[in-house]
Amino acid sequence: MSLRIGDKAIPFKLPGVDDKTHALSDYDDKPLLAIIFSCNHCPYVRAWEDRMVQIQADYADKGVQLIAINANDVKKYPDDSFENMKIRAAEKGFNFPYLYDESQETPRAYGATRTPEVFLFDAERRLRYHGAIDDNFENPAAVKEPYLRDAIEALLAGKEPPVDWTPPVGCTIKWK
Amino acid sequence: MKIQFLYYEDCPSHEQALQRLQRVMAEEGVDEPIEVIKVETEEQARKWRFIGSPTILLNGEDIVPPPPAAQPALTCRVYQWPDGRISPLPSPDMIREALRQIIQSR
Repeated sequence: MSLRIGDKAIPFKLPGVDDKTHALSDYDDKPLLAIIFSCNHCPYVRAWEDRMVQIQADYADKGVQLIAINANDVKKYPDDSFENMKIRAAEKGFNFPYLYDESQETPRAYGATRTPEVFLFDAERRLRYHGAIDDNFENPAAVKEPYLRDAIEALLAGKEPPVDWTPPVGCTIKWK
Repeated sequence: MKIQFLYYEDCPSHEQALQRLQRVMAEEGVDEPIEVIKVETEEQARKWRFIGSPTILLNGEDIVPPPPAAQPALTCRVYQWPDGRISPLPSPDMIREALRQIIQSR
């Protein structure tokens, strides 16, 4: 079962492609935290990842932090290995931590099923938006509903996100 | 023309891809049946040289020939469009071009 709107973020402590360990509590000073379950191989992720980089760039000075977590089974999907995560992060210029969860405990705890799948938390680390990044994976220029951006803007303005849930669109998480 | 549409159910792009194929076929006046094939096992993936979902075969040939090193897999397929975009589906123009090549070679 997935986290519900209003639920608290569940702590994690995971290695990042920067060879540092990242914990949820490391980001306590950030007013908004978007945890995005992600991976390397999925074409949906690849279609959206430039937008992830742009969202982080656009909102970094407002304290918004994105964190991507890959938990796919690398035996079945070797493209998603930790080494390949490092390569992808460098190639795409990821400006947010890209973490590896070999245990798959984090997506199980959050109830994530897809990549990419966004969980946006407020300063108290309550879930305020869950779902897709926007409504058009194929064409950034044709996006009509930028769900994540709208939720970020609303929360930064002290308002409720206009939409708090959308169905995540992407590849299934590859469980062991 | 023999048209085969192969998909892996875990990957959600197949319904949209099949609709796209049907629409482009209609636009191009291609009135052939589409054989829809569900790939469920790694053995089937090897048999069909299926490197990801969706895959469209025209007369047995992939509309986007995969690189020689591509391995059969039960996964979502990455399509790079001519404009550089990455998508889980081939673009309408990629399907159209492949159909036209077959039609012109008849």
